[in-house]
Amino acid sequence: MFYRETGQFKTNYQKDQQVFPIAQDRVFVALLLIVAFGVVPFVANEYWLQAILIPFLIFSLAAVGLNLLTGYAGQVSLGTGAFMAVGAYATYKITTNIPEINIIIVFLLSGGIAALVGILFGLPSLRIKGFYLAVATLAAQFFILWLFNKVGWFYNDNPSGTITAPPRTLFGIMISGPRATAEVRYFVALIFLVGFTIVAKNIVRGRIGRSWMAIRDMDIAAEIIGIEPLKTKLMAFAVSSFYCGVAGALSVFVWLGSAETEAFDIFLSFQILFMIIIGGLGSIMGSIVGAAFITLVPIFLTNAPALFGLPISTDLSKHIEEIVFGGLIVYLLIVEPHGFARLWQIGKEKLRQWPFPY
Amino acid sequence: MKFRTLFLGALVAAVGVTGIAVQKAAYAAEQFFPMLVYRTGPYAPSGIPVANGFRDYYTLLNKRDGGINGVTVTFEECETKYNTKLGVECYEKLKKNSAGAKATLFNPFSTGITYQLIPKATVDEIPILSMGYGRTAAADGRYFPWVFNFPTTYWSQASAFIKYVSRQEGGWDKLKGVKIAHVYHNSAYGKEANPTLTALAKIYGIKLTLLAVDHPGQEQKATWLQIRRLKPDWVFMSGWGVMNSVAIKEANAINFPMDHFVGNWWSGSEGDVIPAGKGSIGYKSAAFHGAGANWKIHQDIIKHVYGGDAAKAKANNLGEVLYNRTLVNAMYGSEAVRTAMAKYGNKPMTGEQIRWGLENLDVTEKRLGELGMKGMLLPIKISCADHETSGPIIIQQWDGTKWNIVSKWIKPMREIVRPMVEKAAKAYAKENNITPRSC
Repeated sequence: MFYRETGQFKTNYQKDQQVFPIAQDRVFVALLLIVAFGVVPFVANEYWLQAILIPFLIFSLAAVGLNLLTGYAGQVSLGTGAFMAVGAYATYKITTNIPEINIIIVFLLSGGIAALVGILFGLPSLRIKGFYLAVATLAAQFFILWLFNKVGWFYNDNPSGTITAPPRTLFGIMISGPRATAEVRYFVALIFLVGFTIVAKNIVRGRIGRSWMAIRDMDIAAEIIGIEPLKTKLMAFAVSSFYCGVAGALSVFVWLGSAETEAFDIFLSFQILFMIIIGGLGSIMGSIVGAAFITLVPIFLTNAPALFGLPISTDLSKHIEEIVFGGLIVYLLIVEPHGFARLWQIGKEKLRQWPFPY
Repeated sequence: MKFRTLFLGALVAAVGVTGIAVQKAAYAAEQFFPMLVYRTGPYAPSGIPVANGFRDYYTLLNKRDGGINGVTVTFEECETKYNTKLGVECYEKLKKNSAGAKATLFNPFSTGITYQLIPKATVDEIPILSMGYGRTAAADGRYFPWVFNFPTTYWSQASAFIKYVSRQEGGWDKLKGVKIAHVYHNSAYGKEANPTLTALAKIYGIKLTLLAVDHPGQEQKATWLQIRRLKPDWVFMSGWGVMNSVAIKEANAINFPMDHFVGNWWSGSEGDVIPAGKGSIGYKSAAFHGAGANWKIHQDIIKHVYGGDAAKAKANNLGEVLYNRTLVNAMYGSEAVRTAMAKYGNKPMTGEQIRWGLENLDVTEKRLGELGMKGMLLPIKISCADHETSGPIIIQQWDGTKWNIVSKWIKPMREIVRPMVEKAAKAYAKENNITPRSC
């Protein structure tokens, strides 16, 4: 009744090809953005911003990046953590050696470096596929972290091997370092996520995205119709690693403040892979919903017993969290193997036929 | 279908209301101690005695003394799993408790988390007491006014270990050519001792090998194979959690002489040696306080906290090395509050006041007697410039049932360590635009 495109006529191609062709979708997204920019930072307290929302935004960005590679181009990667580490360490190296460069530009430069590393480790994808490729990217994960741990140059030879985010400003506002307020950090992460999500959405709608999907669905057929696997696959690795690199840089400079390689270990790679699997492979919105699920639900589950006034010891509540969260993932994948994105799609179809869905 | 919709809807709604319950009640007259604990995961063997020690000491303060000078002590736990990201979340959560009381001080009990919290706590004006861990450079109080790592640091400890080896080998000149291997947790924590060991190795001609063990440390076969080939005279270990007991088992498997295997003070508690059984007899570790449950404080805890139930207290790690260490840590914290109260009056203390209390902390022999800790540790006096005091360490040895002290107090080589601390603090300040205060 409310969600129906009846009467919304498209009179030119531009209107027909817009990102959200249905007016209700446009309103929904606009409202979401207004809330995210105009309401949340003024309502949420520091704990919410710093411990829940900022990591959620950063993980969303990484998940969007991985979804471009795994969901759209069909190349399974377990090296996400490593590419994020490349972004973080590159940012640290550049900004401590050349503090004059604006930190936002440094983030983008580091994304570029991560993209180059991504291309390097994407080379095996030309010969191997599926699980075998996953193992090759796993090598990237272990090699890069080992390198950052072993070679002192990457962390300016400080005794502990930890990189720390120095204070950096943009237009006189502190956006990195301990004195940056949680609201500013939130805005930085949000602007990066929104900006790069728009870019990603448009990439996958255009020629590049279509060639990725062609490669994903059947690479031989794609090659026959004139898509170069070399260029396409490496492009997917580059773009995906760029996203992950920027997310990694943000995670140290906007969220954590300091980090060692342990922060980018294999579990992070898995976590982001789970985000896109639960959110939905090949869906930009799915990546963000998946990131929300993986980051927010455990925090909720940990705080739930205290919220309802149950006197449960910390260790027991942590164990319950792990059991329930694991169970939830299994349950979700049984009822909806294609993740939240598919659930959303089904919901939309039902809404169109409401009040008589079948 | 219905159930599925309901279920998912409930889930979304539940996540939405998570934070709303964080309400602010009236400001209570309480001194709130946040506790970052890890009772689960691969570091739980070390984390559980630590968490129990804090809990028991704070409970004791309330039950025996009615709080600190009449101000009730409250505390709340948050599980970090020794993970730095969860540590940051817990810090944000416990900066203020649900009643609105600001955190007194943080004892992260994790070097990684300490690294994260140093810049944050400095801005939020909450002191950090990283007792014998964390960023060694923080010992320079001019650059790190909010961070304390007394009584002694990793670097001091490493120098004291070399001193101990020189005594065992029969003099400083005998150190030349001695082979020492450092088995360390491959993290900020484990790496801490490396610069000092390397510098001392150069001075005394020691052949030093650095062997990293990756998190969480359950797999060390390759490391110990290298040690078997290398045949070092001494092995020094910086381990934590499950890594410790695995290392002791592996050392045993290659028949490494246990009395030449020395752990740092985080690698020498009951939980580390008992899993290795008889094989761990003779294993040594550093410490800066005594082990066992034979002090008056332990009698007090059994009486006031456990209602005389000694068996239950023992099941909660009473008297274990790490338990005793947390008693020491909790005591330092509450004594700092007491010191601050002597100046500012008997009411809940703020961050700045507690910082002053820590900086002017003076735990005398007499005071230790009153606290029931006489002979358990040495007196200490903190100053503005020196947040470490280069306290001496002792070496303890496991005999199969308990830890015995086998050395005198060994003073660290302050003349070598302190210039390194000041240099590292200066480098940190330069990177982060910090201007030192004058002391």
